[in-house]
Amino acid sequence: MNRPLLWVPVLAFFALIAVLASGLLSPADRTVRSAMIGQPLPEFALTAIVPSKPGLASADFGKGQSRLLNVFASWCAPCIAEAPILMQLKAAGVPIDGVAIRDTGPALQAFLARNGDPFDRIGSDPDSSVQFALGSSGVPESFVIDGQGRIVHQHIGDIKADDVAVIIAAVKGAQ
Amino acid sequence: MNMQSSRSIVPAILLLLAAPAAADSNLPPARYANMQIADPVKEAEARRLMETLRCLVCQGQSIADSDAEMAGDMRALVRQRIVAGETPGEVRQWLIQRYGDYVTYDPPLSPVTAPLWLAPLILLALGGLIATRSFKRKRR
Repeated sequence: MNRPLLWVPVLAFFALIAVLASGLLSPADRTVRSAMIGQPLPEFALTAIVPSKPGLASADFGKGQSRLLNVFASWCAPCIAEAPILMQLKAAGVPIDGVAIRDTGPALQAFLARNGDPFDRIGSDPDSSVQFALGSSGVPESFVIDGQGRIVHQHIGDIKADDVAVIIAAVKGAQ
Repeated sequence: MNMQSSRSIVPAILLLLAAPAAADSNLPPARYANMQIADPVKEAEARRLMETLRCLVCQGQSIADSDAEMAGDMRALVRQRIVAGETPGEVRQWLIQRYGDYVTYDPPLSPVTAPLWLAPLILLALGGLIATRSFKRKRR
């Protein structure tokens, strides 16, 4: 057997160690992104949940104006942190609609009274079915829907102050 | 009982009484989350599919195994669609369309997953080759 070939198993061993070590040392990205970006908004029609606001249907989108679709819930702590940022986006002229996941009217009403209400419409999604249809895997999540009713952007987790510019650009860029 | 031990017991008792912080909603689980389909054949189909679907919030578990609220809603979604007459393959495809292959524990063959499927065959062939060569040498 020729000599250089003897080194192959040793090199293979160290290559394997390097692969395993890099896998252990770099934290894996566990966020599940929606595969629906670029796709038309799935059809849905959700009933109203608070008396002061109409429910939300897919037909409310795609009317030439891009909108922000916020998937949230009154029982979700990061949604409280996100609330002032949504108010800020609304003040900047971003139209916002909400999908309330597994929520009750009184709890949601109290949530809006406490944290502000940036929503034009809120649909009730008691069994998370619209959340699944959107490819969303948690609350809060936000989707930018363009003027033709296509999903063009997904934001996972609460929108922070740093993300405001990105969201506004995505909404303005998607008429 | 002396002062010292009672001081350590009180917090321990308080800990037993503590309720975990709720990250769940106030709504009860969906109808089909924990209820079987009346038709046992369809239930078995749904069950087999649920065991291959990943829970999105507890990613090491299938939705059949997870107690997470979202897993319950996903079980309900699977059962509702099976009851409505969809095949497990169609339900699976619907979910893959939304979440990508990540949602299934049974990834389909694609350029990305090809090494997973082909590596065992290649290694087996390599092993066979080495074995036959070394056996030949011994006989000589």
